[in-house]
Amino acid sequence: MYDIVIIGGGPAGLTAGLYAGRAKLKTLIVEQLVAGGQAATTDLIENYPGVPEGSTGPDITERMEEQAKKFGCEFIMAEVTGVDFSGKEKVIKTTNGEFKAKAVIIASGATHRKLGCPGETEFTGRGVSYCATCDAAFYEDLPVAVVGGGDSAISAAIYLTKFASKVYVIHRRDALRATKVVQEKAFANPKIEIVWDSIVDEVKGSETVEALRIKNVKTGQFSDLPVNGVFMYVGLEPNTKFLNGHIKLDAKGYVPVTSNMETDVPGVFAAGDVTVKLLRQVVTAVGDGATAAVAAEKYIEDNF
Amino acid sequence: MSELMIEVSRDTYEQEVIQSDLPVLVDFWGPRCAPCLALMPEVEKLAQEYQGKVKFCKVNSKDNRRLVVELKVMALPTFLFYKGGEVVGKLVGAEATKENIVAKLQELVA
Repeated sequence: MYDIVIIGGGPAGLTAGLYAGRAKLKTLIVEQLVAGGQAATTDLIENYPGVPEGSTGPDITERMEEQAKKFGCEFIMAEVTGVDFSGKEKVIKTTNGEFKAKAVIIASGATHRKLGCPGETEFTGRGVSYCATCDAAFYEDLPVAVVGGGDSAISAAIYLTKFASKVYVIHRRDALRATKVVQEKAFANPKIEIVWDSIVDEVKGSETVEALRIKNVKTGQFSDLPVNGVFMYVGLEPNTKFLNGHIKLDAKGYVPVTSNMETDVPGVFAAGDVTVKLLRQVVTAVGDGATAAVAAEKYIEDNF
Repeated sequence: MSELMIEVSRDTYEQEVIQSDLPVLVDFWGPRCAPCLALMPEVEKLAQEYQGKVKFCKVNSKDNRRLVVELKVMALPTFLFYKGGEVVGKLVGAEATKENIVAKLQELVA
């Protein structure tokens, strides 16, 4: 029996683990793949306060992991397959066994959404990618495209220019959503060309990706853009399927929380990208994680 | 424990992977690929578990660009599973979870 089980080892989960560990609570973080979550696949993070020189995602998150471990937080690599929050003792079912806890913090984050156009699934791993830091090096001196206009998309485009001969950014509107300083970097980069008001209609190729069929949403015209790779950054999808009705979600699947990170089930808290919020970044995730851990500590003191 | 996984290159791929008597798992990784690095300790544990039944190899895609292009590996992490010199399974990107790797290994030794 754990005091707290934290589902997800991204910045929110790692910070909750740090705070819970320092509160001397027996704490377990269940992470499916990479401690660090989405941030671990981010090349450059330069909006995390106190790190003016900027840092890589893996560097920041590895240090968070180390810090959580230093204060006694345990880790296990497993996929959470289901939960049971009906009793006072919460049950978390994973591919590596069942765990019981007095309180649970859901920090399972969000993953990059699929675009849903023809060819996307067929060419995944053969030119269609969702991780620029993983796959950029395969496109040395080749033209690629990034789909999306937010911070993740534009940061990925900038990273890709280190390898690719040309990076097209395909965006459905006539202005980017990314932070101004990120936008300016992209506009100043001669390898980046923004294809405005356009959506990807189809990913085309034979064995691997050869072109994108692009539709201009203003003119309705179609054109083919020859690229060898395409990186999808078209928004996020919360990782909440495993919750299977045990807590209340909003229409998009995110977890609504109070300012103390409480869900609608007493003893179950949520933190980071998985929650309903305006800004999904490392800096907001760590704040959520700290609050959730302290709220969970208080819940345990009052109820056990 | 890492000697349980044989580092292969373009020069040794034929001999170590294609000509292997045992079924082979090949783990394609890269130094900037966070999911690859996170998965590797788990794969090393599996290498120990399947010792004598499945041969575990790894390819650093950064140093073996021509080999990965020839094998049409274009995303990391990628796992290829060989039996009798033929590719019988493949896991790419988000598919490459520990659970899925174990399932493919079970098929290899079945």
